[in-house]
Parts: sequence; structure tokens; C-alpha cells
Amino acid sequence: MRLSVNGTAVEVDVHPLARLLDVLRETLGLTGTKEGCGEGECGACTVLLDGRPVNACLLPVAHAENREVVTIEGLRGHEALQEAFVTEGGTQCGICTPGFVLAASTIGEEVAPAAIREALAGNLCRCTGYEGIYRAIDAARRASREAGSRPDRGGGR
Amino acid sequence: MPAVGTPVPRKEGLDKVTGRARYTDDVVLPGMLFGRTIRATIPRGRITGVHLDFDPHGFTVVDARDIPGRNVVALIVDDQPCLADGRVSHTEEPVLLLAHADREALLGATVRLDYAAEPAVLDPRASQTVFKELTIQKGCLDDGFGSADVVVEGEYRTGHQEQLYIEPQGVIAVPEDGGVTVYGSLQCPYYVHHALSVLLALPPERVRVVQLETGGGFGGKEDYPSIIAGHAALLALKANRPVKLVYDRLEDMRATTKRHPAIVRHRTGVTRDGRLTAIDVEVLLDGGAYTTLSPVVLSRGALHATGPYRCDHVRVHGRVVQTHTPPNGAFRGFGAPQTQFAAEAHMDRVAAALGLDPVALRERNVWRPGDTTATGQRLGPDCSAADVLRVAVERSRYHERRGTLAGRPGAGIGLALVFHGAGFTGSGEVKLASRAALQLTATGARIRVASTEIGQGARTVLAQVVADALGIAYDDVEVAEADTRFVPDSGPTVASRTSMVVGRILQGCAVRMRERLGDLGPADYHARHGPFEVEGQYVRPAGLDWDEAAYRGDAYGCYGYACDVVEVAIDADTYEARATAVTTVHDVGRVLHPVLVRGQIEGGTVQGLGYALLEEVAMRDGAMANAQLTNYVIPTTADVPPLDVVVLETPYVEGPFGAKGVGELPMDAPAAAAVNAIRHAGFDVREVPATPERLSEAPCVSR
Repeated sequence: MRLSVNGTAVEVDVHPLARLLDVLRETLGLTGTKEGCGEGECGACTVLLDGRPVNACLLPVAHAENREVVTIEGLRGHEALQEAFVTEGGTQCGICTPGFVLAASTIGEEVAPAAIREALAGNLCRCTGYEGIYRAIDAARRASREAGSRPDRGGGR
Repeated sequence: MPAVGTPVPRKEGLDKVTGRARYTDDVVLPGMLFGRTIRATIPRGRITGVHLDFDPHGFTVVDARDIPGRNVVALIVDDQPCLADGRVSHTEEPVLLLAHADREALLGATVRLDYAAEPAVLDPRASQTVFKELTIQKGCLDDGFGSADVVVEGEYRTGHQEQLYIEPQGVIAVPEDGGVTVYGSLQCPYYVHHALSVLLALPPERVRVVQLETGGGFGGKEDYPSIIAGHAALLALKANRPVKLVYDRLEDMRATTKRHPAIVRHRTGVTRDGRLTAIDVEVLLDGGAYTTLSPVVLSRGALHATGPYRCDHVRVHGRVVQTHTPPNGAFRGFGAPQTQFAAEAHMDRVAAALGLDPVALRERNVWRPGDTTATGQRLGPDCSAADVLRVAVERSRYHERRGTLAGRPGAGIGLALVFHGAGFTGSGEVKLASRAALQLTATGARIRVASTEIGQGARTVLAQVVADALGIAYDDVEVAEADTRFVPDSGPTVASRTSMVVGRILQGCAVRMRERLGDLGPADYHARHGPFEVEGQYVRPAGLDWDEAAYRGDAYGCYGYACDVVEVAIDADTYEARATAVTTVHDVGRVLHPVLVRGQIEGGTVQGLGYALLEEVAMRDGAMANAQLTNYVIPTTADVPPLDVVVLETPYVEGPFGAKGVGELPMDAPAAAAVNAIRHAGFDVREVPATPERLSEAPCVSR
């Protein structure tokens, strides 16, 4: 089966119903994707499939055939967001963090705070109470806007 | 530039946001087998037959007869077997262990157990087996009730709560050097080390425990890792191969410890103008099948049962008893959330009985410096309970909002004021005699402690304390892995003690290192004279005294204080109560790291709101029946309103740079604040979680 993982074409010899999570973690050694519940409730296994967040624990690998998967190891262009998760308290124990970072990376710049909560409702965090995660997203947006407004940086992103 | 008080980046932050941090299940070792636990399916009885209905080829099978040492999970009282030996005392009790190289084969193996079932005790009120009983006595209750104008009684209940760290329990055991090394997700490396030494009859130097990145603990990885580590080690030693044992969510929720359910009865004497004259509290905790940490959970629960209020005549009587359910254990707050829920829900009822404002009643009685607790501890200048209450009332505009919401159906506002003792109870810290070490390196210093980073920021905070005490940059302080081969026993990472107690020891180490360095920086000294190490040990602050037999004296080195104000909205059709506004004010002594302190407060408050409103463990036949995240609901982003967090800093002179412990305090107030808000909305609920079912059955109260 062929799929693109983090921008690289890979071919895996696995059962088509194997969980994408297991293929990523065990076949490909991409252990940044975590398993928290195995039933699609916690979002620790969130990856991007053609740019949209999905739970890799619920997804048979066959669904990812000829599609693009991005895991935390392959996320690019969101360094400010990742840094803000550290500085603003968006990560504590860290087990939910890759999933949150990936889910947050898909939220548009103009999305209102209430809609951010909704967009993240599929990811559980037991440490932060979510406030640090909102602060991180907010800080990354501010950083992005400031970078964008600097004349020497053109359009920023 | 000083590190303390500034938001330096957490040591392992970058690894966590890039997916590089390695957790137990991420580790694969050559030749590694997978382990599985076969568990009892009845709550009580004898095992009369074990049938292995599978081809044993390629399997390693372990039962109680394979245990080389004592078949116990060594902790406080050694009454819990590591593997059931003929008797079952709770559903999900481990009976047999299997290991196999292929996970499918392992999961496909069927084991049948025959039992002679016996009647199980599932109601703590019916239990005859008492694990621990204690009484705290101050003054004379008869005198206290004699001078009361009004006596108010009430019974309050709290249910189980699941820690629900997002990373389930897991370890990898490796046979090594004639002994065993266990890598795992755990809070207390030396607890596991001791338990393995007893179980395997190995001298301490043949046992090594290494903490890997740990995806949350909250107490759930205080005591349980000793069990799962024992199981993996038994399999690994028998197979002579590394064995990984990682639970899935279902097994983790059904088999591992939870917060103790509690039934707390209050009888309070009070004068008409609101002075407390007598506090009589009866605490009953459900311990589950074995003793585990129950005696100390009861102790902390009882010591916090009065709330932070002055009263000359107090009696607190507590018992923790056996039921045939999986043992309950440590969970953030450790008995105090249960008893302070009761105390603060009761205070609102006392206020109502007197026709007094709930804040006025609290202001009348709240501890101030110089007052004494139920054990006779005189409170020092850092007692800021009254400040915390005042700030919370002002900040939340409590009185104005109370008036406004009183006119709105299904809306209410409630408040709770709590305290939390930091560090081990009584003489606990003296007995622990924790040690910490600091090494000079070529570039700075390396901290060697057994304290674990479980998300709270231990590595970061300890490095800040050392950096400032040594006068070097935060980035020049490293923190060694929590590996029992290389770090001294700094005590367990529990009880809000790491920053305050271990931080203080490290501060002392750094001061001594600084003296030896003289005018040189670490790099210069190292280049000229080579490395050296300073080790320090806990020293009890002068003036603290505790009498364990009489339960009198200084129960804790210091207390933190918090006040939560919660507004709720109750759906008229579904009876669902939602928190709509939360103000939380904490005094944690000097703040070592503003972002991490905030993280503790926000995370603990949300766990407390889950405890208050959502998190119900449904027990059936002595085990959790809703052991899925679909059915056991913890707060999501959609369930929590914005939190207004205020942090006060009244320094504690014996803490490092004036810091107090903060980890557990935020867990204590939300349940009572939410239930008091529900009461204000007209529903007389006296139990958490305050689910729609409980609200729909609750009597009405006038607003």
C-alpha cells in the first residue's frame, strides 16, 4: 500500500484494516503519534490526512492509501505555534501535545475564540485545563501578525 | 538574571511539542515480548481452577508460585498480593501473567478461571474490616455545643474519581546484571525499587528503576506502578527477555486505583451571630480491597475536614474500611478534596440556617495568623486565608452577582474556601529523610534527584532554584534522569512536596556549592580543580513538632489557601449543570514560575470541576462499568468556561525563595463551590458528581 507520510512516499506491507496509528508507530517508527484511548475520544493520536485532523486509532490504513499523512514529526511551518505551546503552558505532561499541536495547526487565523474551543473539543488534556493551550494559539497568532506587519517580511506566511 | 519568578522555558518542552519525547510505549528493545494480565472476574471468592485454553508454545506463563520473594506489593501494610494466590478479594485482581513475542497471539490466548464465590462487601457502611481509624480532638465538644445557639447537621458524599492521565500505565522490564531494570511511566522510582526488591528477593543494588517521560500521574502513578512493574519483572525474569506491559484504556480504568469515595457527616454548633462553637465530623472512606495508601489518605482527609476555620471545640473521627472493589489510592488532594467538599457545602447550609451571608459566616471564622488548627498547630504569618477570601469575593463581584442570578431561573453562584498542607503529614518528612545531590559540571551544575517530571514542571522549577542559589544561568543547570542507579532517594513525587521540600534541599546544596566555588564560576572551578558533588538531606524547620499517637501538633510545615467562586447554569429540561464562570484565587507562597503555577491552578481547577459535575464512576459487581472515555466524561474544551486566575504571594519562610507546594490545592475547592452554586440555584444537592440524575431528584431549596 502506498501513501505519503510527512511528504515522503512510503510503501507498507500491512493488512488494509490495520490501524493507521499502528502503521505509523510500529511499521514506520513515528512514535510522536500517541495512543490514549484507542476509541477516538481523546485525540492523542491526531494526525493530518490531506490536511484535516483525524484520529489515527480509528482509521484503517486503507483509508490513507494514496493520500497525504502528516504527523508531528513532519509538521512544518508552525514552529511559532510549537514554541508557544512551550512558553505559554500549552504542554505539561506532553502526551496529548502532538495531537493538540496538529489540531491547532489547522485552525484558521481569523477563527474566533469560541470556535477554537469547538475545533479542539475532540482533543482531551488532563493537565492544563486548556487555558495554556488557548494562550499558545493566541500567542502564535500574535507572533504571526507581528511578523506579517513588518515591512521587510512581505506577507509573512 | 534571576530565574526564579520568571517564565523560563520548560526543560523538556521542545521534545514534547515536536514528538521527540520518549514515553514507555515508544520504546522497543531487541527480543522484547509483550505482557498481558489475566484478572479475576468476581469480587470475592476462592480460585478453584485455572485452565489455559491455548497452545503454550512461545508463551511465558507466570503465577504466584513463580515469585522468588514475598508475594506482596510492599508499601505501608503488606496485605496486597502481587498475584492472587488462591483467593480473590476484588474484581480485576491479577491472577496470571502471560508474555509472547506476538501481540495477536497474546491477546488471542484464552484463560478460564473457576471460582467458589463468596459474598462480597461493596457498601463501606456495611464493612467490618477497618484499615485505619483515627480521632483528632481539640477542646471539649460538650462545651462547644453547650454554648451554641444553633446546631446544623448534614451528610455529604463523594464518588470515585479516575485520575485519567492520558498515557495509560506502562513499564518495560529488562533482565540485567543478575537482576532487573524497569523503565516506566511512574511518579516514585524508589517506591517501585523497594517493591521489586521485596517481590523478587533481590538486593537493592540488583534492582534499577528508570522513569521515562510520563504522560500524567495525578497520584495514579504513585502506588500502582509497583504492581505493574512487579508483573513485568516476573515475566522478564522467567522469559529472560525484555517484557513490555502497557495497559489499554479499558484495563487501566477498571483495574487501577481511583479516588476514595467518602461519606462525611457534620454536626456544627454556632452562635446566632455566626461564631463556630463546635465542629464534629465523622469521615468514612471506602478503601477498596487492600490497604494501599488508605491510612495516609484518611489522615490527610481528616486533617482538612474542618475547613480553614477557627473553633475551640473540635472532634474529627475517621475510618477507612475494606470493600471488595479494586483498591483506591492516591489522587491529587489525597482525601482533602472529599472532606473539604463536605466542609464547604456544610458551611453554606450553616449560613442558611442562621440567615447569614455565606461570605460573612466565613469571614467571622476564617483562620488568621496566630489561630490554631484542630491539631493545635499555631498558624504563622503566611496564613492568608482571609486575604484569599476577600480577593475572591471582590474579583468575582460575588455579592452583586448573587443578587443578579437570584432572579434568574436555573442560575446560581457559589463559593468555597479551602486550605492544603504541603509535604508529607506529621513526621512524614522526617521519616522520609529525603536526599538530593548537585554535581559540578564543566558548564554548570547537574541536579540528581529521584523527583520525577510528570508534567508539573519539576525539572524546570528545581533548575530555577539551583540556578539562582548558585548564581548561574538557568540554561547551565541540567537535570539528570530519575534513574535509581544514579540518583539518591528524594522521596516520592507526591503531596505537593517537590518544589517546596526537594527544592529547599537543593537550594541548600547550591548554597554550599557556591561557598566552595569561592569567586570562581562553575566552568573555571571545574577547569582548575575538577568536578565535585554536594549532597543534602531534609532538615525539619525549627519549631515543628508532631505527636503521632495523640494526633496533635504541626500536621504540615505550611498551608496554601484557595478560594473558588463558580457560577452555574442549569438546563431546565435536562437538569445538566454547567459552570459558566469561574474565579479562582490561590496563595501559593512565592511563585517560582508564573506559567507553571498557573498551569497547576488551571489544570487542578478543571479536574475539580469534572469531579463536581461530570465524572461518575458507575460500579457494577464491584468494578467500574463505564470504563471508557465515551462513558466516563472528563472536561473537554467545550465544558470549561474561561478561568479567571488570581495568584497571591505570601511567602513561606522555610520554602525555597518563599515557595509553598501548589500541586494539590487547586483540586480542593471546585466541587463545593459548584455545589453551593447549584444550591443557590435552588437544588439541595449534597453529593458529587452533581449529575443531572442527582439534580432531578434533589429537594428544592429557597433562594
